[in-house]
Amino acid sequence: MIAGGALFALLGKDPVVAIRTIFWDPIFGEFAFYLRGQLLVKAGPLILIAVGLSLGFRAGIWNIGAEGQYIMGAVFGAAVGLAMFPTDSRWIFPVMIVAGAFGGWVWAMIPAILKTRFNTNEILVSLMLVYVAQTILSKAATGFLRNPEGMGFPGSRNFSGFPAARNAELIAGSGLHWGGVAAFIAVIGAYVLLQRHILGFQIKLAGQAPRAARFAGVAPTKLVVLCMGLSGALAGLAGMFEVTGPAGQISIDFASGYGFTAIIVAFLGRLNPVGILLAGLVMALTYVGGEMASTNLGLPSAAIQAFQGMLLFFLLAVDLLSNYRIRFLKGRAA
Amino acid sequence: MDLSSINPAVLVASLMVASVPIMLAAIGELVVEKAGVLNLGVEGMMIIGAVCGFITAVATGSPFLGFIGGALGAAGLSLIFALLTQVFQANQVATGLALTLFGLGLSSLLGQGYVGIKPPATGMVPFGPLADIPVVGRVLFQHDPMVYLSILIIAAVWAVLKYSRMGLILRAVGESHDAAHALGYKVTRIRIMAILFGGAMAGLGGAYLSLVRVPQWTDGITAGAGWIALAIVVFASWRPWRVLIGAYLFGGISVLQLNLQVANVPIPPEYLSMSPYLITIIVLVIMSSGKGRASLNAPAALGQNFHAAR
Repeated sequence: MIAGGALFALLGKDPVVAIRTIFWDPIFGEFAFYLRGQLLVKAGPLILIAVGLSLGFRAGIWNIGAEGQYIMGAVFGAAVGLAMFPTDSRWIFPVMIVAGAFGGWVWAMIPAILKTRFNTNEILVSLMLVYVAQTILSKAATGFLRNPEGMGFPGSRNFSGFPAARNAELIAGSGLHWGGVAAFIAVIGAYVLLQRHILGFQIKLAGQAPRAARFAGVAPTKLVVLCMGLSGALAGLAGMFEVTGPAGQISIDFASGYGFTAIIVAFLGRLNPVGILLAGLVMALTYVGGEMASTNLGLPSAAIQAFQGMLLFFLLAVDLLSNYRIRFLKGRAA
Repeated sequence: MDLSSINPAVLVASLMVASVPIMLAAIGELVVEKAGVLNLGVEGMMIIGAVCGFITAVATGSPFLGFIGGALGAAGLSLIFALLTQVFQANQVATGLALTLFGLGLSSLLGQGYVGIKPPATGMVPFGPLADIPVVGRVLFQHDPMVYLSILIIAAVWAVLKYSRMGLILRAVGESHDAAHALGYKVTRIRIMAILFGGAMAGLGGAYLSLVRVPQWTDGITAGAGWIALAIVVFASWRPWRVLIGAYLFGGISVLQLNLQVANVPIPPEYLSMSPYLITIIVLVIMSSGKGRASLNAPAALGQNFHAAR
């Protein structure tokens, strides 16, 4: 935070004011009633994606293509919803949720299966698929999902005019939509999985001691498919909730980098579901506060992105210092 | 469809230009990985190199200084990576990702005032009459110095790794840091040097993107080139000359893809522009499935942190 202040000071802004605008005003400032809601809107997808990613990261499976899975979830979910456009049934939204999760899952299965069948590096493949997903997104916005009544403008029908498929705020003004609810469920689910289920134990074991895990009968392929599938499905869900809720439509610039920020969130939360919940809120705070700062103080929005990256650097340095100390004590005891 | 508009000589020439950024970044990363360090921050270093190079070139009016600025900027960023992974023993995968995210943010921050400016032009190497040979001249002798420099760097890296004492030590550090440490080599120092070299090379590649290839500054100018460079290192199975082949292959695909778009081939442009990424995936699959030949050649201590126990 000090280094962040230094960065803001370098940009010619008062560091104290900048930090206060980012971290304090959204919660307690004069526009807090609106911004607090925004906080949940931003935190929902971040937490949802990060929880999924953390499972993989724990097992040493590096799915960094969450952005692509997020996009594909949105495209699939929206496509299903739009296919049923004028009809009204309460089953539409659940079906869209399933479709969104399925889209993310399919996109994550590509690197997972390539990894298990051909031993391909999942980091590179999942990342390449982000770029592929982005071109599919722009194709969707300008081609097969374009609003037929949109007079040729890119972008799909807006979901705000389609109540059956709309992901509306559950409590007015709170910013809580189904994505937020899903994020809470995912946090609890992941916590139970890691703490109380044999699968969670296997995930942790595979990450910390792959050889021991193999001797203990953990099937690595099963674990890869499972972790990638889960994180892909969650990222797809996040995309689907985003497109039907805050974003409202499929557009070319729909991809907002949540999938990459979620990586920071996962590490910031120390790959722990509860930690991710808090980290997601903090990160959402930097988003919301950053927007405030860019409108009020003229602080460039890219500064927030750099600041988030810096946060991760410090965390990595500090986090691993504590790991290092633990190892040192163990060595002495032996 | 009008394929006749594609001139093969121009195509090959632009292929050589297109492949320079990924070639430079890949050869840098190859050295880093040979030293046993997996730096996933190539994309971040490249884009920082692109923006630093661009700013220096615009400020000084000299593309040469721009390239140096780009290399220095990216090397500075890689110093953060070196500090975190080698001194603080941070996880290399996580730190590399952080480097990319930070680099993307910082670059768009630095580049804000530079959108839409044209950089000073990088001249061609004057080969005199050689450049006027009909086809060969266009293909081989009408390029800027970086095209030749990148090939020279590949040759140099190959020679150093294969024949020099320095290269032997570097490979020893990458294969077994404990053994190298026992022999009295400064593992951490050697790795930091390798990381800095990798950073400088990625920076050169990035600067080439913003100064010659595009040439202007836009956010996210690298568009995955850093990741393709990482894939090329795997494709090359850690051999310098194969980096050259790999880079030309990918450069060729991206140039051909653009040419096909211009020539109105009946394939939607979206599918053409995703082709370099898809082909990267296919190549990765082929390389890694071949009985693990590619993975066998990977440096044994790749991605492992070294901590001198005694």
